[in-house]
Amino acid sequence: MKLLRNTPLSQQGKANISSILLLLFILAGSWLLWSGLYKPLLMGLGAFSCFLSTYLAYRMGFFRHHKALLRMLPRLPGYWLWLLKEIVISTIDVAKIILSPSLPITPTVVILDAKTKTDVGHVILGNSITLSPGTVTLDVHEEQLLIHCLTSEGAKELQKGEVNKRTASLERK
Amino acid sequence: MIDLLIDILSWILLILGGVCVLIGGIGGLRLPNFYTRIHAASLTDTMGTILIFTGMMLQAGLTLATLKLFAIMLFLLLTGPTATYALANAALLSGLIPEARKASDEVEQEKSK
Repeated sequence: MKLLRNTPLSQQGKANISSILLLLFILAGSWLLWSGLYKPLLMGLGAFSCFLSTYLAYRMGFFRHHKALLRMLPRLPGYWLWLLKEIVISTIDVAKIILSPSLPITPTVVILDAKTKTDVGHVILGNSITLSPGTVTLDVHEEQLLIHCLTSEGAKELQKGEVNKRTASLERK
Repeated sequence: MIDLLIDILSWILLILGGVCVLIGGIGGLRLPNFYTRIHAASLTDTMGTILIFTGMMLQAGLTLATLKLFAIMLFLLLTGPTATYALANAALLSGLIPEARKASDEVEQEKSK
């Protein structure tokens, strides 16, 4: 099971100061807009959470990946609509399976070769698969995903690679 | 009239969301082992969240509350699968092998037929 090998991502990498300040600014702006209360305590808590979030994002290596994320941002709403349709279909399937007295499950484990190139792409692919009921991503290792499916039909559907294609087309230039 | 229609639609969505959560709960009890139970949880996680939050957004109308509800829904949908992945991956790393057929076995079965 080479998929079980755990390789921690390296945390170093250059983060330029302007993008850090931009994130801080966006976070502060959204706090002020959405809280709507300008008491010293709440402002203090807001400042604290903005700094904490920015620090955690920096520590997670967000600033090495955010360019890939920003590039695919305009295509995301369309992708979400398609994903919503898929989620509705697979929800109905899974609900039928759970409610049918014979419980017709055929658990299957599949290894899927990701067509996505960037780390952000892998994350979106893995999370989309987990998000649709009936399939759960168990492990991501380099270019491969280990996926547990509730039924073998679900596994076949997955191997047709519709999700794979859609996420890969999200990150094309 | 429009208000009434929106009210009815939002209640339909809320009820459907409740049904999804209920089915997820039933699935969590009925399915046989850890990895299959995660699938039932994802029913609650995903469709329950979407339906209930959409219903609540329709109740709130065009206000700041709707925007906040939408943001909460978005963050739940982004973080939910990450939590599920962490759970499943922790189980896998601690040595719980999923009782499942490999997809390749099935291909071989079909070939041998």
